[in-house]
Amino acid sequence: MTGPMIFFSILAGLSIAFSLLVVFQRNVVHSAMALVATLFLIAVLFLTLDAAMVGILQILVYAGAIMVLFLFVIMLLNPGVLEARGIAWWLLGSIAALLLLFELASLLVDSRGLIPGQAPAGASFGSPEMLAQSLFNDFVLPFEIASVLLLVAMIGAVVLAKREP
Amino acid sequence: MVPLNYYLLLSAVLFVIGAAGVLIRRDLIVILMSVELMLNAVNLTFIAFARSLGSMDGQVIVFFVMTVAAAEAVVGLAIIISVFRHHRTLDPRQMQLLKW
Repeated sequence: MTGPMIFFSILAGLSIAFSLLVVFQRNVVHSAMALVATLFLIAVLFLTLDAAMVGILQILVYAGAIMVLFLFVIMLLNPGVLEARGIAWWLLGSIAALLLLFELASLLVDSRGLIPGQAPAGASFGSPEMLAQSLFNDFVLPFEIASVLLLVAMIGAVVLAKREP
Repeated sequence: MVPLNYYLLLSAVLFVIGAAGVLIRRDLIVILMSVELMLNAVNLTFIAFARSLGSMDGQVIVFFVMTVAAAEAVVGLAIIISVFRHHRTLDPRQMQLLKW
């Protein structure tokens, strides 16, 4: 095993372990903290794939902003009681998910020949300049639509969460 | 270099764990967090393919997915808050107003 392979294995094992903690844990706050760890590990995986800018955005936007919002709502609502553990239901859901995994995994193994090899990445691949050039040349219209989407989401959140008089 | 397949398999595993969370949990906030986990698994696929094909398009799509995920989390949490005000619970089984 080479160095990058060992690094990838450690990251993969940790991210799978933390995402299992997100799902199979009864305390909501602990789930949220495990999700922060998972998102951080995925950001490191982005860095190993020459996506520095997106990795940093992942930490800032996901592990920072979105998860703080989740924690705020958890503490605002303060659910208190732990969710009851329905063994049969959990088993059924896990089996359904495992079936989905087997389907996806067999598909990925079968299509191994179709997946192209690694193209050599330029020195500036994944840098802010490259991302901005792609974003503002080829994807200007989606970018503007995304800004409108954020505005709509903001107004919608204010209207939905407003206390009725 | 780590082959592309490994990243795709890891992303599939993370997606399936998120799907399991949506299926088995009975807490609206955890269900929403599982959806975020699934979105991140898909992001990992996009980034892996962008690196493999040497194209920036995948990374730009991930940028947009993050935007949509932020909007989804904001609106979803606002809906959860207003539902909690009416029902005093986060259990989706209690929300059966439309159930015949």
